[in-house]
Order: sequence, then C-alpha cells, then structure tokens
Amino acid sequence: MTLVASDTENSSAKPTQGVSLNALPQGQEKRDMANETIALQVRDLDLYYGDKRALNKINMDIPQNRVTAFIGPSGCGKSTLLRCFNRMNDLVDGCRIEGKILLDDNNIYDRNVEVADLRRRVGMVFQKPNPFPKSIYENVAYGLRIQGVKKKRVLDETVEWALRSAALWDEVKDRLHESALGMSGGQQQRLVIARTVAVKPEVLLLDEPASALDPISTLKIEELIHELKNDFTIVIVTHNMQQAARVSDYTAFMYMGDLIEHGATDTLFTTPSKKQTEDYITGRYG
Amino acid sequence: MAFNKDAHSDHISQQFNQELEAIKTHMMTMGGLVEKQLSDAIQGLLEGNSELGEQARKNDKVTNEWELNIEEQCTNIIARRQPAASDLRLIIAISRAVNDLERIGDEAARIGKLAVSLSESGETQRGYSEVRHISSLVRGMLHDSLNAFTRYDTDLAYQVASKDKEVDEEYTSAMRSLATYMMEDPRAITRTLNVIWVLRSLERVGDHSRNICQHLIYLVKGVNVSHSTLKQLKSTIEQ
Repeated sequence: MTLVASDTENSSAKPTQGVSLNALPQGQEKRDMANETIALQVRDLDLYYGDKRALNKINMDIPQNRVTAFIGPSGCGKSTLLRCFNRMNDLVDGCRIEGKILLDDNNIYDRNVEVADLRRRVGMVFQKPNPFPKSIYENVAYGLRIQGVKKKRVLDETVEWALRSAALWDEVKDRLHESALGMSGGQQQRLVIARTVAVKPEVLLLDEPASALDPISTLKIEELIHELKNDFTIVIVTHNMQQAARVSDYTAFMYMGDLIEHGATDTLFTTPSKKQTEDYITGRYG
Repeated sequence: MAFNKDAHSDHISQQFNQELEAIKTHMMTMGGLVEKQLSDAIQGLLEGNSELGEQARKNDKVTNEWELNIEEQCTNIIARRQPAASDLRLIIAISRAVNDLERIGDEAARIGKLAVSLSESGETQRGYSEVRHISSLVRGMLHDSLNAFTRYDTDLAYQVASKDKEVDEEYTSAMRSLATYMMEDPRAITRTLNVIWVLRSLERVGDHSRNICQHLIYLVKGVNVSHSTLKQLKSTIEQ
C-alpha cells in the first residue's frame, strides 16, 4: 500500500512510488561484535619497557572492514598497543612482549614470521606526514618497486588507484612528477596514506593521523577513513574524542595500560558501562 | 553503570559545570512557574475567580519564553561542548522535559480561559467535584515529577507514571457521568462541554507529567522508555 494515490480512473494502474504505510523507521545499522568477522585477535598481551609494564593482559578483537578507535589519556598505552600490530615495538630497546596477536589465526610474534611481510599486510601512518624526498609518483610507487613490480602500466594504474583512494588524485594528477615536499600538510598526509594503501595491506594503522592538520584537512582525512573501511580494516589512535566518535564503528578506552572498555562507538559515547570511561569522555576527574 | 547523582558538578571545566547547573536550575524555575499557572487556573475555575483564570492565561507567554530560552541554552551547550554520556543525556532529557512543561503551560492557559467563560456563565457547578479530584491528582503528579527530576529519583518517577493510570480511569468515569448529564439536560450541553474540555486538559497534564518522568528514567538509566508499559518501566528501573 502506498501513501501516494494511484490514478483512480485506471483501476489496473500500478501504484506510484511512495512510502509504504507499514514501513518502520530505518535507523543507523547497530554495530554488534557478535556479527563481525574478526581481523585481528589480541590474546593476553603484556608489554614491558624494561621492568615497566606498559600493557596489562589485553584481550580484544579487531573487526574486519570496520574502524576501531583507541582513546585514552597520554601514556595509557594506546599507541604502544597500535604499534604491536605490525611489530614496530621490535625496534625499541628493552621492549618485551608476552601473549599473542593473531592475524588469520597465525601469531604475528611467531619466530617464522617475516616482519617485512607482516608490515606489508599491516600498514601504518604516523602523526606527522613523512613523505620521501621524491616525486609524488615515486612516493606512491615506492612500495611496489620494493616488491619488484617493474611494469610501467601496472605502476601507473596502481599509483592512480591509490591516489584516488586517498582522495588526492584530482589535486595532483597534473604534477605527479613534482616533489612531494612541496605539498601542504594535509596533502602530504593523504599522500602517505596513498603510499600505504598502494601495497594493498589488509589492516591500516593510523597513529593520530590528523593531529597536526587544520580542521578542513582533518575532515578530509576523516572522510577518507570512512571510504577506506570498505577495503581495509582500520585501527586509529586519536586524542580527539569527537574524532573517535565521528569516524569509528568501535571504540576502545584504555587507561594506565589496561583496556577498560571496548564496544560499539554509539553505546560507548551515550551509555558507557564503566565509570572510568564516563569520567574520561565527559571531561571529569578520573 | 550506577548513575552518579553529583554527576553534573565535577567536570574539569568549571564553566561546563555551571552551564549544566544553569539549565537544570532554569528548568526547575520554569517547572515552578507552570505549577503556579496550573494551580491559578484550577483555583480560578473552582472558585469562579475570573481574574485568576486570566492570570493563568497571561502567564503562558512567560512559560513560552522560558522554553525558548532553555532550548537555546541546550543547543549552545551541544554546539560548544559536544557533551557525551550522562551529560548528553541530561541535556536531551531537559530539552524534552521543558517541551512537556510548555505543553502543560498551554493546558493551564486553556483551563484559565475556560475558567473565565464558566465564571461568567454562572449557573450550576456540575462536574466540578470531578475537576477537583482529578486536578489534585495531576497537580501531585506534576509536583512529584519535578521533585524526582531534582533528586534523580527513579522510584518516585515510577510512582508518578503509575498514577497516570488512575487519572485515566477517573477521567473515563467522569466522561461517562457528564455524558449522562448532557442527555438528561440538553440545555446544559454548552456548559458541560466546557467542563469536559477542562477535564481533558487535566488528563493531558497527567500525560505530560508521566513523560517528564520517562525523560528522567532515560537520563538515569540510558534507556528510552517512551511508549513502555508500567511493567517494562519497572524492569528498566530495577536493572
């Protein structure tokens, strides 16, 4: 049945398009971890810097093709945890890790895992844009060249695809061979994202990707994150709680090395279940 | 998570504390004004005092001003502070509650207007005992709903919501007796209809008071209980 009346003179006329009277309001899709495919599983993860324990028995699942945000005060361990996902902490002296992180059911900390291979599957973007002192084109093609791709056609196609994915193509298509260092901060950050996605990782780690950018560039990055989650699993660390609320599907709140609460962003920002979470997101003394 | 009753006074930003306190205080001031408006209207009607009725009607403008003012404050806080969790729920609950208070103000103004015309027409006071009874019930509901909001008291809110059923039953029974009266004496139809409008307005005041309690339960429990049965309400409060 439709609200818009069909032609009364022609009884066999098809009903015109309209709103069904039985239609219930279609709200935003509710996120539920039980319905998600899991990309990364963290199991009993402890991390020590020397004698100091920086992460305490972290257990969490990172869902596939979703944006998971880590929030928490400075020094709570959110960046440390993010860096565990592609073993960036291996480079830190005195850093020791216990527990497991499973990617496709394989522990990324197993001895036989090639770190370079892992980092191709789990890409990372840092707070400050760090383009190489090369042309825009070469920046994006860099990862592919390292992988041994030589065919110009493949390189051209992938560079265009990556720049389009990073919403940068239209701005730079006429100056692909100019230096990347001449771009604005926001453009440089999107270029770095293009460089990361060019090698088609499965997981994209973003460590405060917009904290050094102006509000408009920040919104562009956020829009980009929204687009990219169709192809990648995204984990983002941010100090900006409103940003976490805007871009993420799931949010994890960390405090002093503990994972306090992890759940659907809508729930966490309206009815958090832990007092510490409530105090943090509402700006109270913890 | 248990709701902290001092929740709106311990932010790092003192100014944010003050802004939240201010909207709550203003809502209570508006609530007091609406209570006065309602009692003036009812007293005007029952005592045949058209001045009081007129006063209730005039005060509606002030109530409307308060609603606009509090709504604006809520909008500004949302825009400037991006509140979350219980702060956000407080603002939403207050914004909805002042809406209900404004509607109660409208009903009081309507009763005030009817009080003026009924006092001018004189004659019998048929239906006034029902008005007296139902009005005392709904005035109590309004008062308790504001008290419950001040103290974040969900048990009191539940009691108010359960009283609404009593009001509805009293209203239905009053309708029946007044309909019979109109059939018996067609000359009294116009006057009796006015009394029926008064009862209808009082019944609506009961509904709005119940709504205010539902907004409070949303604030404290984080569950939207609009359109819930009493049983569902109770189980939400006990969670």
